Amino acid sequence: MRWCSFRRSPVVENAPPQPMFRFTRTPIEPQAARAQLADPACGGYAAFEGWVRDSHEGRRVRRLEYEAFEALAVREGERILAEASARFGVAHAACLHRVGELAIGELAVWVGVSAPHRHEAFLACRYIIDEVKQRVPIWKKEHYLSGDSGWVNCERCAAPPAHAAQAHEHGT
Amino acid sequence: MDPLASGRLAPPPLYGLVLAGGRSTRMRRDKAALAYQGQTQLERAMALLTALVARAFVSVRADQRGDPLRARFAQITDAHQNIGPLAGLLAAQAQHPEAAWLVLACDLPLLDEGTLAHLLRARDPARTATAYRSSHDGLPEPLCAVYEPRSREPLAAYVAAGNQCPRKFLAGADTLLLDEPNPRALDNINTPEEYGSAMATLTAQSSATTRHVTVQYYALLREQAGRREEALVTAARTPRELYSELAARYPFSLAPEVLRVAINAEFGEWSTPLKDGDAVVFIPPVAGG
Repeated sequence: MRWCSFRRSPVVENAPPQPMFRFTRTPIEPQAARAQLADPACGGYAAFEGWVRDSHEGRRVRRLEYEAFEALAVREGERILAEASARFGVAHAACLHRVGELAIGELAVWVGVSAPHRHEAFLACRYIIDEVKQRVPIWKKEHYLSGDSGWVNCERCAAPPAHAAQAHEHGT
Repeated sequence: MDPLASGRLAPPPLYGLVLAGGRSTRMRRDKAALAYQGQTQLERAMALLTALVARAFVSVRADQRGDPLRARFAQITDAHQNIGPLAGLLAAQAQHPEAAWLVLACDLPLLDEGTLAHLLRARDPARTATAYRSSHDGLPEPLCAVYEPRSREPLAAYVAAGNQCPRKFLAGADTLLLDEPNPRALDNINTPEEYGSAMATLTAQSSATTRHVTVQYYALLREQAGRREEALVTAARTPRELYSELAARYPFSLAPEVLRVAINAEFGEWSTPLKDGDAVVFIPPVAGG
């Protein structure tokens, strides 16, 4: 089994393959999520948490909505994890993403990686979150304090927000 | 900027002409009136033209002007008799010498939008004419062609010299010749047997060319379509055509350039042929994380 390399955990031989890229409608629990990455061959674990921020491009954000095309998103997400494993030689990689309504401060996305050493764990973690943001069909709708809302990255070519809403925002 | 000052002249207007002044001798019936899938050949040809030109006319002999089928359309009446199809074009050019003419015969039931669109895209207004090279004999196809205004004088001289053959005129002129994208599009029909065969081909095509697809909408497109999913019967052959069809129905603000396409939950291409039963998703710019 030496040729199987350290990418497969020696302690869970013959375990059925589990999707490591998943969506959840309930709060992400990083402590539970990181348990699946545990591996005696790994000395490094790196994680990234993306949190809901209260502003975006100068606008005050009240809450967020995430929506995903889950069938394709899971496929593309799994491809990204496999790429990270192959490229950086990490043992385990996983990503959880919320969908539905989120409040400020909530955890929107979690990426975790375990590897023999910290260097590849950091690199793989960074690679995964960057690729997920670029490639996976997930959309974010921001609801602003001013009362209006917009789909991030989709609204610049759409009609501009009403002047009244702009004036109100600048006045607060 | 003044277009003349910049050295660019406005191109001539493009007018369309359906040649429906023939005598249909071998068919023994008026070819313009032959029906295909509930529409006469003349109506089909005029519908194809009207979508592409500034003005569309039907070319008639003087004794056909009152024919109800032809009277529905703007007409141009032949001035010459017994010289064949060039009579119609000469009359049209005499009436509107400033225009370029997209000329169509009235016996091309398999002619499709794609063949005309390709002709117009490839058209070179600096040449005398733009035409297809016949897939049968390699000679110019004169009756699905664009004749530029500069063809008017040589054409009049050609006829005045006693010639009648439009293929020979194009072969001897500065004609841009194109290969046909659909080699059957210009099959003309002259006999009842050919009419039957064309009808059978069209019936087979129409069952093959509409397909059932489902479309799922996400995010901004879901809001603009006002639905999450729908089942459609469409003639769109590709996701690109399907998106144009849907964009005509819904107030989509996203240009196709900023979207990606998925077919059956896998990324696809805008030009991938759609199959019956495909599930299509247009993917707006993503914003995960």
